[in-house]
Amino acid sequence: MLSWYFKRLGSRKIIEFIIFALFIFFFLGPLINLALLAFSGKWQFPAALPQSWSLTWWKYVLSQPEILKSIGLSFLIAIVVTALSIIICVPAAYAFARLRFPLSRWFLFSFLLTNAFPKMGLYVAIAVLFFKVGLMNTFMGVVLIHIVNTLMYMTWIPAASFKSVHKAQEEAARDAGAGPLRVFWNVTLPMALPGIIVASIFTFLSSLDEAQGTFMVGMPDYKTMPLIMYGAVQDYPATAGAVFSILLTLPTIILLFVSRRFVSADVMSSGFTMK
Amino acid sequence: MTAQVQLSIQNLTKRYKTGDGVSGISLDIAHGELVTLLGPSGCGKTTVLRSVGGFLEPDSGDIQIAGKSVLHLPPEKRPTAMVFQSYNLWPHMTVYENLAFGLKIRRQSKEQIREAVDRALRLVRLPGSEKKRPGELSGGQQQRVAVARALLLEPAVLLLDEPFSALDAKLRSELREELREIQSAAKLTMMFVTHDQEEALSLSDRIIVMNRGNIEQSASPQEIYDAPQSLFVANFIGRMNMLNGTADEGCIRLNHLELSNPKELRGEVVVAVRPEDIRWNDASLPGLAAVVKQVMILGHYAEITLLTEAGLVRMFLPREESGQLSGGQSVSLTFTKLTAYSKSSI
Repeated sequence: MLSWYFKRLGSRKIIEFIIFALFIFFFLGPLINLALLAFSGKWQFPAALPQSWSLTWWKYVLSQPEILKSIGLSFLIAIVVTALSIIICVPAAYAFARLRFPLSRWFLFSFLLTNAFPKMGLYVAIAVLFFKVGLMNTFMGVVLIHIVNTLMYMTWIPAASFKSVHKAQEEAARDAGAGPLRVFWNVTLPMALPGIIVASIFTFLSSLDEAQGTFMVGMPDYKTMPLIMYGAVQDYPATAGAVFSILLTLPTIILLFVSRRFVSADVMSSGFTMK
Repeated sequence: MTAQVQLSIQNLTKRYKTGDGVSGISLDIAHGELVTLLGPSGCGKTTVLRSVGGFLEPDSGDIQIAGKSVLHLPPEKRPTAMVFQSYNLWPHMTVYENLAFGLKIRRQSKEQIREAVDRALRLVRLPGSEKKRPGELSGGQQQRVAVARALLLEPAVLLLDEPFSALDAKLRSELREELREIQSAAKLTMMFVTHDQEEALSLSDRIIVMNRGNIEQSASPQEIYDAPQSLFVANFIGRMNMLNGTADEGCIRLNHLELSNPKELRGEVVVAVRPEDIRWNDASLPGLAAVVKQVMILGHYAEITLLTEAGLVRMFLPREESGQLSGGQSVSLTFTKLTAYSKSSI
């Protein structure tokens, strides 16, 4: 019966179907496996599905005060990092988009450099500096090291959004009687908002996920979710790791789902062009 | 001019680092007058307009609206409203919000705003489109909304910066007509910038032709067309034949043809003749000897290309009359109207 169905489809459709199936398998396969693992009680090798289901590891993970504390800390850090990045980078992005100053392109380009060096080398250098000024093992130290990573997104993407607001649109508002601040608040900012939201989401997520830098400057008092997870993967069975992974991925998925209206290939690609 | 002066520009100078800009521009626009600034790109017409709107700070000179200097005022405080070439509207707001923006800043009541917006939309023939977003409108409709928004501000002077140049020819002439209607009904004072001479001729009470930051001529469309003051204006407005001749005491000579010399020019001159001001006769009669090269029918009229002793000449004839001419035929040409310019003045 199936073979009859495939004959009707023709070879092109079959190839498309196979590619699609492979894509789904590689893309969703690990996620599905993870989800199954997190809720399994007993799962031995040849079986396709777990032999028994259980919430034991969820209970365990969620009852550990250290783990709960790390979740809270991670979110707190991510919120502070995002807020600070917005305060620092959005005005900078506006400046890059609107003002012509010497070497503005090179300034913009320099943000890429933090991403070009091997991260660990950079962190060690920063750690030496932090040690001198007493930022090691402090909340501010962790926040700062996260911001190093988010500078680029938070400047490039909003700068592109601000650039896409035409001068005439701002001038028309001035003409209608709005002062410069009102023009920015009522015209420029709302039009650039999708880009700023996208950049903020990426900032939030990358902060939530950051482990290397936090490990360098935050230990031993500031253990975030990813750091606890490194430990958990080594010390507990795979099931606990799966539970952790889901806890880490959940905010990403929720955020991307909520903001899918803003996240488009357009906004992303326009952010990464040098103009 | 008996009407009171609404906009007065005195000795306006604005030079950019590149050398472009305007110098010593002085002009008055009467209340209810529609004046067009016409010129090629880079002639400084937009510089003048943006200086009036407050988007450019002039190096020197003064701009007065209804007798008061506005030079020190930012754009939002000036009694002007501007319609731009494109990107006029704010895409994140509905048409209603776009139109109400300026009125809300002026703290008008909700009913007042609703009424005014409704009236403005009917005026530009877009009633009922309040809830649409600019993205859902065509280019022509967007410019209509932009005009409506500018009108709602009840400006002392309405400024338009090539507002229709991004639209196709048919829509352009349609909007031009509508704008002219609105303007004369409301007695609006308007300053219109364009590089399209046809638009300027059809729309204006007065045309100011600009070139390289200076005013070449300021006159009614009729006068600009019939008596261009400079060779530049003659070249820029309408079609023109340019023929080289010499002038002395009494007359201008184009080979054997002798023409009157009211301006009393001397030496090398350029004679400018409109294609419709040329008459042809049998080759035996006096005139400028010519041979027909080509006859092209262009609808209700025909364009005849002729090779004369003084160079190539184009002539417009009614279509019926053009039937009497064919390639290779020898004729004699006379001019019913012409303007001559001294060559040394260029």
